[in-house]
Amino acid sequence: MDITDFFDTFFEEAEELLADMEQHLLELDIDDPDSEQLNAIFRAAHSIKGGAGTFGFTVLQKTTHIFENLLDYARKGEMTLRADLVDTFLEAKDIMHEQLNAYRSEEEPDQEAFERICQTLQQIALEEIGEGLEAATSIPAQPAPVEEPAPVQPQETAESSSSEGTGLVVALLNVGEKDRTLLVEELEQLGTIESQSGDEKRYEVVLDSSVSGDDIEAVMCFIIEPEQIEIRPAAGAAAAPAEVQAPNQASEPTAAEKPVVAPAAPAASEPPVQKPESKTKKPEPKSKKAAAESSSIRVSVDKVDQIINLVGELIITQSMLDQTVSDLEDQSVGNSSLQNGMSLLQRNARDLQEAVMSIRMIPMEFVFSRFPRVVRDTAGKLNKEIELVTEGKSTELDKSLVERITDPLTHLVRNSLDHGIEMPDVREAKGKPRTGKLTLSARHQGGNILIEVRDDGAGMDREVLLKKARESGLNVSDTMSDEEVWQLIFAPGFSTAKEVTDVSGRGVGMDVVKRNIQGMGGRVEIQSKKEEGTNTRIVLPLTLAILDGMSIKVGRETFILPLSTVLESLQPAQEDMYAMAGDDVVLKVRDEYLPVIAIHEALDVKDAITDPTKSIAVIVQGEGRRYAMLVDELVGQQQVVVKNLEDNYRKVPGISAATILGDGSVALILDISGLHRLSRVKKESRKPVNNQPLSFYKEAEPS
Amino acid sequence: MSQVHKEAVLEAENREFLVFSLGEEEYAIDILKVQEIRGYENVTRIANAPDFIKGVTNLRGVIVPIVDLRIKFHLDSVEYGGQTVVIVVNVADRIVGIVVDGVSDVMMLTPEQIKPAPEFGVTLSSDFLSGLGSLDDRMLVLVDIDKLLTSEEMALVDTTSNQ
Repeated sequence: MDITDFFDTFFEEAEELLADMEQHLLELDIDDPDSEQLNAIFRAAHSIKGGAGTFGFTVLQKTTHIFENLLDYARKGEMTLRADLVDTFLEAKDIMHEQLNAYRSEEEPDQEAFERICQTLQQIALEEIGEGLEAATSIPAQPAPVEEPAPVQPQETAESSSSEGTGLVVALLNVGEKDRTLLVEELEQLGTIESQSGDEKRYEVVLDSSVSGDDIEAVMCFIIEPEQIEIRPAAGAAAAPAEVQAPNQASEPTAAEKPVVAPAAPAASEPPVQKPESKTKKPEPKSKKAAAESSSIRVSVDKVDQIINLVGELIITQSMLDQTVSDLEDQSVGNSSLQNGMSLLQRNARDLQEAVMSIRMIPMEFVFSRFPRVVRDTAGKLNKEIELVTEGKSTELDKSLVERITDPLTHLVRNSLDHGIEMPDVREAKGKPRTGKLTLSARHQGGNILIEVRDDGAGMDREVLLKKARESGLNVSDTMSDEEVWQLIFAPGFSTAKEVTDVSGRGVGMDVVKRNIQGMGGRVEIQSKKEEGTNTRIVLPLTLAILDGMSIKVGRETFILPLSTVLESLQPAQEDMYAMAGDDVVLKVRDEYLPVIAIHEALDVKDAITDPTKSIAVIVQGEGRRYAMLVDELVGQQQVVVKNLEDNYRKVPGISAATILGDGSVALILDISGLHRLSRVKKESRKPVNNQPLSFYKEAEPS
Repeated sequence: MSQVHKEAVLEAENREFLVFSLGEEEYAIDILKVQEIRGYENVTRIANAPDFIKGVTNLRGVIVPIVDLRIKFHLDSVEYGGQTVVIVVNVADRIVGIVVDGVSDVMMLTPEQIKPAPEFGVTLSSDFLSGLGSLDDRMLVLVDIDKLLTSEEMALVDTTSNQ
């Protein structure tokens, strides 16, 4: 086993830790920071540093190291938090994320960003800790808060005195030459090494450092066992830590223990002062992790897909058996216990399939969790006040969709913040609260999932949209319904932004959003009321892996039409078919002329019915347009497991994917707009050869 | 340790090939590319694909394209019967089935037995050959199946989407 095998685990873990860190940073109350949260942020940074160190990701390790130091000051209350500091922390988190991504794609991280953030962080450390010192000296004069048994302030005294440079003697017991060099290097990063001496059995390093012994031990424990480290204050500085330890320990244990601890510290030679504290502290993060892990496991998508495939196979085998059994029944040699067994197998197989499919489902929280940050950043840039509300975080969605919905959703959120919600003053003038409200919600609706982005902003202006549309040469009329007018914003190149701002106008338009969502088999609807706000609704199928399909036959071939695209089917009458200029044919269905797609032509199917009046027209909808699709026979409705064709083959025009039918054969899933394009291309290419108009269409009459 | 090492060296020197026939000719591909051998089953035709792509089939839940090398190599008689064999190969992270007339042998060839391929005609570019194997009086055309199946003219791989 190679160490690189663990890389992925580290990357995934680090990614989660960074996400946690961001969440905590965003939730942090700057005026009264929750020490548990600060600790959580610190722990995240610390764990990443440890991992990065182990795998030799030096840049990441150094960044987290400096960051961790700052966080340490913050959690010890030595540094006062400010909004801009949190911003810097968030930026640091972003840069660490970039570094992580760089390592993941086996590149060197951006050196410039690394140096910049390190410098910024160090600068903060210098400035803040300087202030912290002043503050610390003044604090003991004030009475300590009563409700807390004085945990923070006295410690501050401790840290500030130690930040002046505390001499520590770090003794390494029974540490081999190689590890020793590593450890000394590590110590160099933590402070200035004043002297070092000793042998393998006991090697003493005198360190002048502002880092607490506890942290030094924590860092070194990545390399050696805690028992191999002994940290005590150096003789000269012994007086200060003695004072430190006393109030520190006193916070929890009874006063009786105090004298024991206090004299022990200055004694300075044997007792490892930091030990007791570190012992009580260590297990805490560990137990937390264990609890989190026991409720879920990390599995590679490949394995899940494999199980889904196998279950799919099982279902197919089961339906084959089922067929055989019912044939036996017909010949009246049926056996009732065989019958019962079959129906039991059928039910179990279905349950199994459902259970397996649910493995792929993950809660929307994974998507929503990134939006506090997006909203915070965007609102900051736009100088707007925004409150973000999320609903239905636990609604589950297929993993493949979760990954693909994030970008369109981000775009919609940015749009709402930029164009929808007004500036605080404007809002006040309108009699609305200064703070705009943006709601993200997810919920199930039938077989679909409904995701909404709601704002209480200005809403869309019908007149402005129509005017813009005319300017950009779109075909619009004043009689269009509101819903149609709102849909205009999905036209390519259409923007309602008066000017390109930092937030919008990056060239990704709403048309891309719409295309992406349609690519997932979903659709976008807009509801908007002037001065009340806009609601963008995304309706998505629950999963991409299963599709409700209508199986159809053309010639001897079976195809699947996604049921969501099918509107109705009818038998076309001769008089409703009109030949258009060229080779095009339209079918008149209730005052609507629909382009006709003959599948046998587009896909070159042999032995198919060529007379449209003898075939069936299925009215389908694709990319907002309707078509009449000519098929030979409607077989029935069934759920199919969608299989990608591109895994082993290539993209096929007119076909979106494949599936496996009950008899084990492959059926292709039709892509409606692709088929329409294909049939046009076919007609184009056939034109010079065959100029004869098809006899069974009558000429279109000029109206 | 040394045993493993020896075997590795042996492998590097002598390569094993799966020998199959297309009409009268004998071809061979690296055995390590072969996943399995199965009979020819019904395939689902893919519209507008080149004629040598017979379609796709279901290989235990995986959709696999089937290529008929006999059509690709312009053989005179192309028949599908009980003896028609599909060699399922694994190339470039893809699974592809190739239709051949029959599988005859697995051969070990030493480097001396592999001769460089001369310039060939138009149907089979020598780019797709890794050499000619001579075995007593038999001649095997060693096909570089990786290159052949991923080549542009096979139209099996979407060149645009893979860039």
